[in-house]
Amino acid sequence: MSEVSVTKDPGGPAPAVDDLVVLTGVNKHFGALHVLQDIDLTIKRGEVVVVIGPSGSGKSTLCRTINRLETVDSGSITIDGKPLPQEGRELARLRADVGMVFQSFNLFAHKTVLENVTLGQLKVRKSDKKAAEQKARALLDRVGVGSQADKYPAQLSGGQQQRVAIARALAMDPKVMLFDEPTSALDPEMINEVLEVMQQLARDGMTMVVVTHEMGFARSAANRVVFMADGKIVEEAEPTQFFNNPRSDRAKDFLSKILHH
Amino acid sequence: MNVLLDHLPEFRDGFLGTLALTAASAALALILGVLIAGFRVSPVPPLRAFGTAWVTLLRNTPLTLLFLVAFFVVPLILFPGVSPFVLATLALGFYTSSFVCEAVRSGISTVPLGQAEAARSIGMTFMQTLRMIVLPQATRTVIPPLSSIFIALTKNSAIAGAFSNTELFNVSKLLSDKGFAIGWIFLWIALAYLVITFTISGIFRLLERRLEVAR
Repeated sequence: MSEVSVTKDPGGPAPAVDDLVVLTGVNKHFGALHVLQDIDLTIKRGEVVVVIGPSGSGKSTLCRTINRLETVDSGSITIDGKPLPQEGRELARLRADVGMVFQSFNLFAHKTVLENVTLGQLKVRKSDKKAAEQKARALLDRVGVGSQADKYPAQLSGGQQQRVAIARALAMDPKVMLFDEPTSALDPEMINEVLEVMQQLARDGMTMVVVTHEMGFARSAANRVVFMADGKIVEEAEPTQFFNNPRSDRAKDFLSKILHH
Repeated sequence: MNVLLDHLPEFRDGFLGTLALTAASAALALILGVLIAGFRVSPVPPLRAFGTAWVTLLRNTPLTLLFLVAFFVVPLILFPGVSPFVLATLALGFYTSSFVCEAVRSGISTVPLGQAEAARSIGMTFMQTLRMIVLPQATRTVIPPLSSIFIALTKNSAIAGAFSNTELFNVSKLLSDKGFAIGWIFLWIALAYLVITFTISGIFRLLERRLEVAR
C-alpha cells in the first residue's frame, strides 16, 4: 500500500534525494475526532499527487499539515530532508518554499493584484522592487491575468482570483505546491481556467499535492492518486488503475457514487 | 460673562493644557494599545498572558487610583522629580491603552483568518503578517470605537487638574475659588471641551471616509 519508511535510517540523515515531502506516522485529533490516523506518505520530486476522498476524510487537514498551518499530535514531517521546525522564523523560512493555494483564494484584499504577487518576494525573499515586479508580471501573464495587475482582488472573478493566488505562490519559487480544493469555490465555467493552469504546472515538472474533487484532473495530471477515508489513507495507486480497478471496497463505493450519474 | 475676557490667558493655558495632555496620552495609548493587542494575539504564551494581565489590571482600576499611583508611588521608586505633565500622561496613556488594545483586538478578529494563513504560507513572520496584512485591514473597523475612546480620554484628562496640571478643569476650579459666577465658567469650559471632542470626531470621520475609498 505505501512504500514509505525509507528515511528511517539512524546511521546517517540521508533520505533518498528524490523524496521531497515525507510524512511518517502522522496523527492528529480535533477534540475527540481522530482526523489523521497514522498517515505515511512520501512525495517525490516532480511528482503530482492527487488526494481524493469523501468530505471529512481529513484530506484538507493532511494538506495543511505539510506547511504546518495545522500542527500534528505525533509523527514527523520532513520537507527536502528537513523536519518542520516549531513556529517561528525558521518555520517561516521553510514555508516560503512551500506554495499554498486555498479554496477561498485568500488574496490580500487591501493590496492590488501586482502587490499580492510582489509582497512575498520583497518582504520574505528581499528581492529588489524592479525584479520582483518584472517576475510578478511574467507570472501573471503565465496564468493569464496580466491585464488585471492593477486591480484589487474584489474586482476579479473567482477564477481570476485563484489564478492570481497560484501566481502569488509561484513567485516564491516553491519546491512544492499544495492545492487545498482550489476549484471548490468556483463556478463550473471558471473551474477549467484554473485546472488548465495547474495542468501546465504539472507538465512543467512542479511537485504538487492536490486535494480536489475534480476526477478529470486526477485522471489526466496525477502520477498517483491517494484515496482517503475516515482519517486514513485507504488506497494509493496510479490514476488509471485506481479509477478503472480500485482495490478497496471503500474506494469502489466512493467511485460508484461520483462516477455514475 | 466677563470672566472669560478678564481671564483669557488662564482659559487659554487651560485649553492648551488639556489639548497637550490629550494629545500626548492619546499617542502613548495608541502605541501601547496596538503593541499590547499584538501581544494578545501572538503565538507566544507569555506575551499573551502579559497582554491579558495588562488589560485586566488597567481597565479595571479606577483612573483616580492610577493617578495616585503615578504621582505618589512612581516618583518614589522609579523616577523622582518627573514633571506632573509626564506623570499625568503616563496614567492617562496606560489607562486608555487597555481600551485601545481591546478595540484593536476586536478589529483584528474581523479580518478573515485566511488572510493571515495566506501571509504565513508565503513565509511571512508573525510580525510581518500582523503589520502588513492584518492591521491595515483591521483599521477600518477600529476607527469608530477609537474615536469614542479618545473623546472619553479628553474628558478623563480633567482628573490631571487635581494633580497640579494646568488644564481646563484646574482653571475652572481656580476661578470659582476666587468667587466668579460658576455658571459662566462652566459654560466656557464646556465649550472648550466641545472644541476638542468635536475636532476628534471630525478627524475620525474623515479617516473613516478616507479608508472607505481605499478599497
